[in-house]
Amino acid sequence: MSERHISELGELVDPGAPAYLRPCDISGYPPAELMGFLRTMLLIRAAEEQVAEWVEQGRAHCPCHLSIGQEAVATGVAATLRASDRLFGNHRSHAHYLAARGELYALLAEVLGRAHGCSQGMGGSMHLRSAACGFFGSVPIVAGTIPIAVGAGLAAKMDGGTDIAVAFFGDGACEEGVLHESLNLASIYGLPVLFVCENNQYSSHLDIALRQPSDRMSRYADAHRVRAQIVDGNDVTAIARIAGSLVDAARSNREPVFLEAITYRWRGHVGPNEDLDVGVRRSMQHLAAWKRRDPVRRLEEALRAAGLATPPQLAQLHDELRAQVHEAAARALSAPWPAESTLLDYVYAR
Amino acid sequence: MRGDMPSADAASLSYGQAIREGFAWLMSRHPEVFAIGQGLWSPWYVGNSMTDLDKEFGRHRVLDTPVSEAACTGAALGAALCGYRPIVIHPRIDFMLLAVDQIVNQAAKWRHMLGGQSGPRVTIRAIVNRGGEQGAQHSQALHSWFAHVPGLRVVMPATPADARDLLIASVLCDDPVLYIDDRWLYEDQEIAAPARVLDLRNEGPLRRREGRDLTLVGASYSARLALQVAERLAAQGLSCDVWDLRVVNPLNVNDVIASVSRTGRLCVIDGGWRTCGLAGEVSARAAESLPPSAWRAAPLRVTLPDAPAPTSAALEARYYPDVESIVDRVTASFGVKEHDLK
Repeated sequence: MSERHISELGELVDPGAPAYLRPCDISGYPPAELMGFLRTMLLIRAAEEQVAEWVEQGRAHCPCHLSIGQEAVATGVAATLRASDRLFGNHRSHAHYLAARGELYALLAEVLGRAHGCSQGMGGSMHLRSAACGFFGSVPIVAGTIPIAVGAGLAAKMDGGTDIAVAFFGDGACEEGVLHESLNLASIYGLPVLFVCENNQYSSHLDIALRQPSDRMSRYADAHRVRAQIVDGNDVTAIARIAGSLVDAARSNREPVFLEAITYRWRGHVGPNEDLDVGVRRSMQHLAAWKRRDPVRRLEEALRAAGLATPPQLAQLHDELRAQVHEAAARALSAPWPAESTLLDYVYAR
Repeated sequence: MRGDMPSADAASLSYGQAIREGFAWLMSRHPEVFAIGQGLWSPWYVGNSMTDLDKEFGRHRVLDTPVSEAACTGAALGAALCGYRPIVIHPRIDFMLLAVDQIVNQAAKWRHMLGGQSGPRVTIRAIVNRGGEQGAQHSQALHSWFAHVPGLRVVMPATPADARDLLIASVLCDDPVLYIDDRWLYEDQEIAAPARVLDLRNEGPLRRREGRDLTLVGASYSARLALQVAERLAAQGLSCDVWDLRVVNPLNVNDVIASVSRTGRLCVIDGGWRTCGLAGEVSARAAESLPPSAWRAAPLRVTLPDAPAPTSAALEARYYPDVESIVDRVTASFGVKEHDLK
């Protein structure tokens, strides 16, 4: 750890802190919405476990960055959005795409590079798109879509409605200069943009403590007078609640807002392994401790305690979503490859 | 553009004014067009090429910006994905390098990497502004870099009419376009016809002067130099076929190659550096396409030396090719004598 680093996040980054192991607070949420949260998180997890298996089997070859362990962030944020909002992702965007209601089969076919993929097999895991859901695109250049989302926010403001733009990015993107340009531009122009920083405390390989003098990313929003809130990123109802209030502000005041969700990825930066990278803290014990903060378990415990779901019902739901993924995966494996002509057809508009 | 030095008169249009006409034409007809960039409300950033557009169309459509090339270029791209046709302006191409990720990684690849489903209809206008002891970071001509990138159209108008009409074509095109104009052309005058709506996909090199002995090629300011050189060489009995490239990506030089097949001689003038540059690309395509028997002499590239722009006027005078130095190079290289000519 750099001697310049301080932690401002306290117990939020201490995986043993009891406050963040507790079940979600589900008060005020209708049961159907809560079950929707659970379904989305389980779908993301099952889909990514499938992708991980394909990578291990040598069936998927493109770089696959998994968000297992971080499912609550995309799920909670997407619940506050509508299809006419404009979402932009990053290298780790399976969860964003699925939470926005992107089609499962098209995601899996895309990961395999097949013509039925959401990007016609031209993009792979790192280039996802679903126009019908408002998911405009994801790219792996770190922070690459942040200014693009700001432009989508500018367009939304010019349109005169109440739509907003959303940029998903990580703590690593906060080390790119364009984040600051983008926050500044969105702030001075008063643009309706939700900046969602998934702070999982690691870049590809380095611990935040070796990269920044503080672990709190929302300080960058403060510097540009952008309203920011920090949330436990493994608590889906807390995320939906806080994102909802920020989204309301962005819609009605035409202003940028910043959500910092503290979370942790269970797998390595890329690929299926539980890599430990070169962190100062990441170890098998640390990973095991963070797994106890599982966002799925915390919602399920709340549902059980409230009598909204029984263990057999939950087990059945897990099975149902896994079956859905297996069915889509089988179809994706037999989907056709892109036609050779697409190599040149898509360079320019026809 | 004409071979003789153009003279201003009341009915003629300057290159700088022509760009402004292009903006006004677009903004008055297309509500989805807006301009964003540094210095757009300032009288001195972009010469006379955007004068009072903010007053005419409103500052909500002519946005002056913070000093943030990357974010502003990305923002234009994002707005383009949402139905607008923005023009982002970089008053000096040197500063645009801070936005290269947005241009090369994002805008140029968006359509292809996402399966051809959507492309950013964004025009990136970059101005080449050099000379006057402005030095290494205020002088560059980087079109060859960007012409290397598939998915990005690169446009370099040489005449007032093209400055206007190719701007309109760029903005109405469904691909990302890098439109590069040159401050050294701003005072050039032309009696121009009214604006024409061109389909950029169909635009390419145009012959600006017909000749028999030498194919002379340039883009933007280099095309103007080529015409002036042709005029001088004509006085020496050498007849030049002069081509203005206009669009350098995607590059289609079939007509230029056909010209070389007739003249047997090729000289490409380029305002960029020599190595991996536009002049080399044009020469290579001609060399690949024509048999050795078609060549009466090896092709000649006239470019900047492979060095950053100097500051001192004494060095600048040596650095930039001018009519005199190009005429000397051509006559020396081709060893042109009366009896060599067809």
